[in-house]
Amino acid sequence: MTTELPAITKSIDARGMACPGPLMSLIGAIRAGAVGEAFEVLSSDAGSRTDIPAWVAKAKHEMVAVVDEQGYARFVVRKAH
Amino acid sequence: MPARVVVLGGGVGGTLVANLLSKRLGRDATVTVVDGSGMHVYQPGFLYVALGQADALWLARDERTLLRKDVELVVENAARVDPTAQVVQLVRGGTIPYDHLVLATGSRIVREQIPGLVAGAHDFYSLDGALRLREALRTFRGGRVVIGVAGIPYKCPPAPVEFTLMVEELLRHKGLRSRSQVTLLSPLNRAFTVEPASKLVQPIMEKRGIELQTFFNVESVDPDKHTVSSLEGETVEYDLAILVPPHRGAKVLEDSGLVDDGGWVPTDRATLQHTAHERIFALGDATDLPISKSGSTAHFEAPIVASRIASLIKGTAPREAYTGRVMCFLETGNGRATALRFDYAHPPTPPTPSRMWHWAKWAFNRAYWITVPQGRIA
Ligand SMILES: Cc1cc2nc3c(=O)[nH]c(=O)nc-3n(C[C@H](O)[C@H](O)[C@H](O)COP(=O)(O)OP(=O)(O)OC[C@H]3O[C@@H](n4cnc5c(N)ncnc54)[C@H](O)[C@@H]3O)c2cc1C
Repeated sequence: MTTELPAITKSIDARGMACPGPLMSLIGAIRAGAVGEAFEVLSSDAGSRTDIPAWVAKAKHEMVAVVDEQGYARFVVRKAH
Repeated sequence: MPARVVVLGGGVGGTLVANLLSKRLGRDATVTVVDGSGMHVYQPGFLYVALGQADALWLARDERTLLRKDVELVVENAARVDPTAQVVQLVRGGTIPYDHLVLATGSRIVREQIPGLVAGAHDFYSLDGALRLREALRTFRGGRVVIGVAGIPYKCPPAPVEFTLMVEELLRHKGLRSRSQVTLLSPLNRAFTVEPASKLVQPIMEKRGIELQTFFNVESVDPDKHTVSSLEGETVEYDLAILVPPHRGAKVLEDSGLVDDGGWVPTDRATLQHTAHERIFALGDATDLPISKSGSTAHFEAPIVASRIASLIKGTAPREAYTGRVMCFLETGNGRATALRFDYAHPPTPPTPSRMWHWAKWAFNRAYWITVPQGRIA
């Protein structure tokens, strides 16, 4: 099954970039973005699976999709407010 | 005719690229560094200045003294780059044509982007800021100290954690600890982005009674009410707020249409080339790579940029690629430090904080001027 993803405003390839790390880079993009825009971050860090959805829930944005790829995951988040 | 290489910015990355290219290419190229200040600033020192542990004079040197003799230095700000005509325009009207251009203009801080930040908070991200904070710490008589982050990306991701531990130590030495509360407002769900490093640091914070408030990305400061609010919807009170200000890329690159919305250069993670202009390279803080904005990153990127430009000039196939290598120290206070070393393929596994890493950092701070700009540390 393929997931239908929204148009992505900005994609961040944070694979292998331990510092500042995928979540920090995603927060930076969402801070700078406009309400309604979707952002994507690619992460090879297993911790992202819990860290990214936890922040998205806390900050009340929308977790659109988590897609497994070969050796990494793709997280898509929409800025909700 | 020798190839013309122009380097914008004489900081860590620009100085090293220029020296490596001139050494490598000799008469095959002319290398020109354009830097607005003509002074090279060792920014990690701001932290020590703010804490009253270092003199501001130690932090800056004349850029000319750090460049090889055959590198030309133009002390003037660049106003614009025209990638089609391949020229750099200077603010006083002069132009410098190039065959290959290196963007090493670093980042600038834009405090005004956060409401209340200028009036309500301190930081150690510029020399002025560090001197003002030093004065605020000198006259501080105890209270609530909060340390946080008001913009992403920012230089040197471990700096807020380091500063928190060092401020706590300072308050203890001044006999103010029992009258003070120290809180780190972390943008993430732990003290520091690198999880194994967080696992080393958090118990130290706990032992020293430092509070950790997680998922707190500073959105605004109220200087009258003495509160800081987060974009996650929380508010804390403070007597002394020390907040990392937002950063942007250099204005010259924005005015030239060479960057993204944040002012960062779209850069290939392996070749360090501008994704739309093959004759333009970028390194250090200027790139849009989601890697730490640190002198260490610029230092390890510089040989790749130099080698790839040298190949283009000599007409050989460029071989070297950036592997994402970064190495930095993390001071944990009480004379101890750990080290973070990683690349795209190897995540960091920081050692237990020890005196050895603290001394390594100290030695590095001392030896910076005679090693890093010249490429003596590989
Ligand atoms: C408090 C603090 C602590 C830090 N600690 C560490 C640490 O422990 N380890 C570490 O590795 N890094 C650390 N850093 C980060 C490090 O200092 C920077 O990441 C590094 O200096 C980036 O190098 P750069 O060459 O990209 O830019 P810079 O060194 O900032 O140089 C940019 C240069 O470009 C010039 N410039 C800008 N615009 C123009 C223009 N229009 N025309 C001409 N010239 C221009 C500027 O004058 C400047 O000389 C720290 C930074 C701070 C603030």
